[in-house]
Amino acid sequence: MTRNARFVDERITLKYGTGGGAMRALIEQIFAKGLGEVEDGIGLAAMDDGAAIRIGDQYLVIATDSHVVQPIEFPGGDIGRLAVSGTVNDLAMMGATEPLALTCAAIIEDGFPRDDLMRIWESIRATCEEAGTTIVTGDTKVMGHGELDGLVLNTTGVALTTRLVTDCGLQAGDKILVTGTMGDHGLAIMATRNELALETTLESDVAPIHTMVRRALEVGGEGVVALKDPTRGGLSSALHEMAEKSGVGIIIDETAVPLRDEVRAVGELLGIDPLVSANEGKAVFGLRPQVAAAVLDAVRSHPLGRNAAIVGECVAERPGFVILDTGFGSRLLAEAEGELLPRIC
Amino acid sequence: MNPNEAFAQLKFRDPERARGLRDALDRLVHQADHAPVSVMHVCGSHEQAIAKFGLRAAFPQDLQVIMGPGCPVCVTDVPEVDEAVALAKQGVRIASYGDMLRVPGTSQSLADAKAEGAKVDVVYSVTQAVELAREHDEDIVFFASGFETTAVATAAVLVDDPPDNFSVLSAHKYIPPVMEIVAEMPETKIEGFLAAGHAATITGSAVFEKFVERHGLPVVIAGFEPLDVMAGLVKLMEVINSGEPRVENAFPRCVTREGNVHAQKLLWRVFRATGGRWRGIAHVPNGNLRLRDEYAKYDTRKRFTIDASALWGYAPPKLVQQCQCGDIMAGIASPSDCQLFGKECTPDTPVGACMVSAEGTCKIWHQYGGRPDLRSIKRGAA
Repeated sequence: MTRNARFVDERITLKYGTGGGAMRALIEQIFAKGLGEVEDGIGLAAMDDGAAIRIGDQYLVIATDSHVVQPIEFPGGDIGRLAVSGTVNDLAMMGATEPLALTCAAIIEDGFPRDDLMRIWESIRATCEEAGTTIVTGDTKVMGHGELDGLVLNTTGVALTTRLVTDCGLQAGDKILVTGTMGDHGLAIMATRNELALETTLESDVAPIHTMVRRALEVGGEGVVALKDPTRGGLSSALHEMAEKSGVGIIIDETAVPLRDEVRAVGELLGIDPLVSANEGKAVFGLRPQVAAAVLDAVRSHPLGRNAAIVGECVAERPGFVILDTGFGSRLLAEAEGELLPRIC
Repeated sequence: MNPNEAFAQLKFRDPERARGLRDALDRLVHQADHAPVSVMHVCGSHEQAIAKFGLRAAFPQDLQVIMGPGCPVCVTDVPEVDEAVALAKQGVRIASYGDMLRVPGTSQSLADAKAEGAKVDVVYSVTQAVELAREHDEDIVFFASGFETTAVATAAVLVDDPPDNFSVLSAHKYIPPVMEIVAEMPETKIEGFLAAGHAATITGSAVFEKFVERHGLPVVIAGFEPLDVMAGLVKLMEVINSGEPRVENAFPRCVTREGNVHAQKLLWRVFRATGGRWRGIAHVPNGNLRLRDEYAKYDTRKRFTIDASALWGYAPPKLVQQCQCGDIMAGIASPSDCQLFGKECTPDTPVGACMVSAEGTCKIWHQYGGRPDLRSIKRGAA
């Protein structure tokens, strides 16, 4: 399965936005052509969570993210909290855990209620405060009624770091750690939308997690060899990217993956695997075995990491593949394809 | 719907108990007087459970568990799809299950017809199709697929005086006869069948007794949780090793010998079994369920003149000629034997019906990673 070998279709369909192989093909074949090279750092071609440009003995890390979630206010959060957290977390995934500042651009549909906008900006302000950052510039556009659905937000963030963490440093024997329960965001959104009219208490996990990541990096040091946030495409997409870029296979113990009972049950009802469902307040770490236990303790000591667990390890066989040990047997974990969950973030 | 009730169902997923069953299965396959032993299940839901829980990697090396013709959408034959497509192109509004829209006919699928402007609605149940008929003045044709389990639902609607503008284009299939066909195929060396628990809930286990007599092959009825599948296989190996073929019920929490007699009466009051082709497999005597004459007013084939001949002037596309769905459904080949699997043929761009339906072998294998045999992976640093 060479996931990037396919050609981009004549029309860009929803599947190109789901964070899987189709999107990677789009970036490689169109967006990254003749653009994005960084001499001493990380550019577009690396397709990491952000870019890094060397400035003296530090790196300037830049990450950007657009948000189109529907509904714009959902259990556990809203598009504003998502926009701040998403970019702060992308910076952290590069090792830059002290966000200097964010920008925020808003595209608003004609007729959008002022009160809704005020609520969302209050949420942005509160999340910035929680994350210890602020919005220093922005842009505003209004489009005609029906030309977009409500509100689209784009945020960009910058931060400095002396050490970069990529998503491609894994080797056989390394451990995989997740910082909490998987699939919460995706299934919370899905449950609000599904025709089955489920009554659930599911909540999105959306939160800025850079302080938790900082704690892990302080303890793990050079033993933290890969870092990624399992957003669209969930744990499965994050692991596939890490496995492919690092040239290792990854074995995951399904029974060790933390899952809320309700997420498991709703996933079962809707036929959606929580492992391909989005998270907005979690990270996946690749760790040298010597530091794994200490990093696990450090993450668990943070309020957002209490459910963290070591869920798997890397092997030399089957590079680029993710193998799921179900407790009954084992199979390959597939990536989500098609329009499983459009407009999830 | 309460998610906590759904969670309570998951108790049939205890890996500890699965290990006990796996050891028993190992022992029984080892005790057989030959190797390998080949058994067949005839249900997409069994394949779902086997693939989702990675059971193939846990089966003994010398046990081959083959998926037979267990996907009703996949075995819907080209002329049946052509009938629906022709009607749709004549301007008749068609309602059907989502999977049926993408099943290829001679030149087009219902989805193709819809893209060209035909009126095609996706429904989740036959009752939803009836509601559609109540909402519209025009004719609604329900293109019905499914085995005897689903056919009962269609029957229940037809005895309940649906509106006059509602009719059924039946592609319903009946499983027991096709088991006879597959049992006699020279290429398959099947030594026993795992029968589908949900279908047996309706037909009862007794429906398989004559089959066992005629073919000397055991049948074990099994449910769909991973422990059900493992327990069913253990029971099947016990019967194979005993040399005394019989019917065993490994799903007694739902299935009885008599089955759901009310549902059976309903099924045969509305439908009759008649011979017909199953896509990729063969002509199956008594394998198709068609409406009885008493229900002619709801029989699309009797109400409309369907002329599908305009669809026949097309040579099948080149890729379709390489498709191995037929051999896969007969249990002679597996998806990994097919050149197209995972390359030209994916759920996004299906070539054959097995990649279309959620119950098709190819779709299931693709969904769960494509290659089942992971027995050899070693852990730890290289």
